[in-house]
Amino acid sequence: MRWDAEANLELAREHGLHPQEWERLLAALGRTPNLVELGIFSALWSEHCSYKSSRAHLRKLPAQGPRVIQGPGENAGVVAVGQGWVAVFKMESHNHPSFIEPYQGAATGVGGILRDVFTMGARPIMALDSLRFGDPDAPRMRYLVDGVVRGISDYGNCVGVPTVGGEVDFHPSYNGNILVNAMVVGVAREDGIFYGRASGPGNHVVYMGSKTGRDGIHGATMASDAFDEAAAAKRPTVQVGDPLTEKLLIECCLELMSRGLVVGIQDMGAAGLTSSSFEMASRAGCGLVLDLDAVPVREHGMTPYELMLSESQERMLLIVTPGNVMSVINLCKRWGLDATDIGRVIGEPVVRATFRGGPAFELPIAPLVDDAPRYERPFRRPEPAAPATLPALRDRDWGTELKTLLAAPQLVSARRIWQQYDQSVGAATVVGPGADAALVLIPGTRIGLAATTDCNSFACGLDPYCGAAQAVAEAVRNLACVGAEPVGVTDCLNFGSPENPTVMGQFVAAIEGVAETCRVLEIPVVSGNVSFYNQTSGQSILPTPAIGMVGVVAEVRHVPRGSWELGEALYVLGPLEGELGGSRYLQIILGLEAGPVPAVDHVAERRRSRVVAELVRLGVVAATDISDGGLVTALVRMGSPDCGADLTIPWDSLVARVLFGEWLGRFLLAVQPACEPALVQACEGMELARLGTVGGDRLVVRAGKRIVLSESMAELCGLPERQLEWMEGVQG
Amino acid sequence: MTDGGRRPRVAVVIFPGSNCDRDALAAVEAVGGEAVPVWHQSRDLQRCGAVLLPGGYSYGNYLRAGAMAAHSPVMKAVRRHADQGGAVLGICNGFQILLEIGLLPGAMLMNRSLRFICRDVHVRVERTDLPLLRTLQPGQVLRLPIAHKEGNWFAEPAVVREVEQQGAVALRYCDPSGQVRADANPNGSLQNVAGLVSREGTVLGMMPHPERRISRLLGGEDGWALMRALVEAA
Repeated sequence: MRWDAEANLELAREHGLHPQEWERLLAALGRTPNLVELGIFSALWSEHCSYKSSRAHLRKLPAQGPRVIQGPGENAGVVAVGQGWVAVFKMESHNHPSFIEPYQGAATGVGGILRDVFTMGARPIMALDSLRFGDPDAPRMRYLVDGVVRGISDYGNCVGVPTVGGEVDFHPSYNGNILVNAMVVGVAREDGIFYGRASGPGNHVVYMGSKTGRDGIHGATMASDAFDEAAAAKRPTVQVGDPLTEKLLIECCLELMSRGLVVGIQDMGAAGLTSSSFEMASRAGCGLVLDLDAVPVREHGMTPYELMLSESQERMLLIVTPGNVMSVINLCKRWGLDATDIGRVIGEPVVRATFRGGPAFELPIAPLVDDAPRYERPFRRPEPAAPATLPALRDRDWGTELKTLLAAPQLVSARRIWQQYDQSVGAATVVGPGADAALVLIPGTRIGLAATTDCNSFACGLDPYCGAAQAVAEAVRNLACVGAEPVGVTDCLNFGSPENPTVMGQFVAAIEGVAETCRVLEIPVVSGNVSFYNQTSGQSILPTPAIGMVGVVAEVRHVPRGSWELGEALYVLGPLEGELGGSRYLQIILGLEAGPVPAVDHVAERRRSRVVAELVRLGVVAATDISDGGLVTALVRMGSPDCGADLTIPWDSLVARVLFGEWLGRFLLAVQPACEPALVQACEGMELARLGTVGGDRLVVRAGKRIVLSESMAELCGLPERQLEWMEGVQG
Repeated sequence: MTDGGRRPRVAVVIFPGSNCDRDALAAVEAVGGEAVPVWHQSRDLQRCGAVLLPGGYSYGNYLRAGAMAAHSPVMKAVRRHADQGGAVLGICNGFQILLEIGLLPGAMLMNRSLRFICRDVHVRVERTDLPLLRTLQPGQVLRLPIAHKEGNWFAEPAVVREVEQQGAVALRYCDPSGQVRADANPNGSLQNVAGLVSREGTVLGMMPHPERRISRLLGGEDGWALMRALVEAA
């Protein structure tokens, strides 16, 4: 079918539009579109580009704050972090492509989020990845884990941005739909921020970077569709990454911007030339004329339909004043990059394109971008999971249970994953992966930027509101463990189909949980991404609202440590007994998917996190957050194979809740004896329990005089390493 | 070569895809040198007394790590500089390039695990009587990060023998106490080679990254002396 053939309802359906959306399109346009116009509508009205099901609820997220320079709606969020510096950050999903073709899917996911950040004039200084896989023994799962990790590794390492953190979890609900969420944090001077705006009629539109091929056509539409058995047939719609070109784009774009040679800039991400041109024009209230014959191509005979919808990677669209066009093209040439003048900015709010001397399409901007369909999808509020009916948890074999827990996929050590990522390129990594949060210096300064990604999707499945709220609270605690105060959130909301009222209910509850917690803790949500239709053959994933949080240490004086030292005293800040509802102990040891997941106690969380952050900054304590698996797994994380601890809890404690309880905003702290008075004084008025001291090569826990746990530290520390042993390959 | 009492000038070569170039520039300055960025298309080392080939993915490491960079215009100048006895330090991808142009012997294979590895390793200093190593102590153990996929040094047996007889091994992977052991070798490199030095001691190639270790806040200062030796040789 020719690209200029007249479209019809049947074709609209094939493009993923509903009949009522087709009617809406006809009314907005006042005529029947041709095929390329239909393709453009379907891309911009896709869930991925238009947020048509989520926008009504995303408004609930607090986006304001004294540090906020740019909230949602641009390529990435921007917050001030002191001394004229800003942090620019965003997290984005690349789930469907990564399931179909894990290596390229994950690689191009990293590439896309990097472009969102450097597009704004910021140099990317760290990347994090939040990954979700299915049952480790499910078919294809090792292939997927391995492919995703190699994709992130080969792409991220080449572009020279350190990968410093993230998380990985396993659950059968991801068997047919893994999650790959990538987050990038960049830095810029406050007066050096650029926006994706096509302003100034008469300015030129310059295409820069890789040539356009036929890869990735309709990627945005694919991302807005559920999976079925035919997913493998969609492999050709996965884009292919070229990290060298990305690296050159980073350097060239930052140089173009620092020299003031561009007016506006945006990458050609989902829906390629379509979304970049329409969105930039929309933000500036202008229009564009495009000469599609000028678009650099790497294949013969490409049609306007393919040119507009290709998702070939590593391409940027620049708006440049007439006098600077040659300078831009010359600088690009120096970096070995193609740059071509393909159009002009016009005052009239339309995008008009020509092809082979004749018109290709002409579309008004407002109906496609600002007046895209919005849906108030019906939803059913989730009932929080019922409280568990627990067996009598007394005199159990706690040691064996701890070992079972530590060997479970959910408690896996991600070391074998992050050792494949360059964590220290940039020579600014103070704390890298494996810690509660990462800490990286802004180049040339002592300002530390901390970042973490968090989401306990098992808890979110039990209670989306409290689970999402707890993800925010956990992120705050993780930042505190490296001494940082939170300054902003980016979220990546991964859910099933919004057309399913139960899923939509999970989505609404999770947003409200994030919104309420961020509002009370005064942390603005400045960017984010929604990924719907994460379901395969009708089976939805667990609700997974991944929280990416950025924090600041105004001046880094000490390296925060994640492990204890011989002779130190150990304390729990917060209640000694945690809650078992929604805990890993229930899930893994008792096989119960049961709640309740407690609500966040905002006042206590904030007080404790602030004091811990302060003590870490002063170098008084080593801290870790008590979360997945409870106090005992925190003890194993903080210890080492040859250095254990001897702890005593009150004889009448509920041992299961002390050892394995979660939630309630608790920290494990290690402190030199000389600093104990300072710790006690700083925590005055808060619950603080001294448990014992570091020493020996075993982890010993006594309830009064009775030993309830005594295990070899070497054995305990080795267990979380087992799950990914196969990744070691042939290395001896 | 100092220039009228000014700081010694060190050229840091930038290839398309270099990604440790800015770290190298900063490290040279931090240890008292004047860092001069030199573009890959230049044939002029701008009166620098020493050259640093930084890590990264020069030309995407397409074909083979370092293979394309070896044929770039700037490398003709670097070779001339080396032939005249000028100091050259190649770090990671820079080491791979030095092997590709034959300034140092052998070749790099993929790591034994066939995976990229980034972690701290210990290396023992084998020579301290040469210009690029004279700031170090005999037998000194350094803790430095590696970050590479192709660091598994290989050469045919005759070459390995020659390398050992010449004392061309500058650094070897070892355990924290300085014992050179098979289980301290991260990538399968023959003879636990982590770094090689030319006969005159003016060309040094190494896989670990000293430029990332010149600050207490950033993992330690074990890279300081190596960077300083380069500046002193300039």
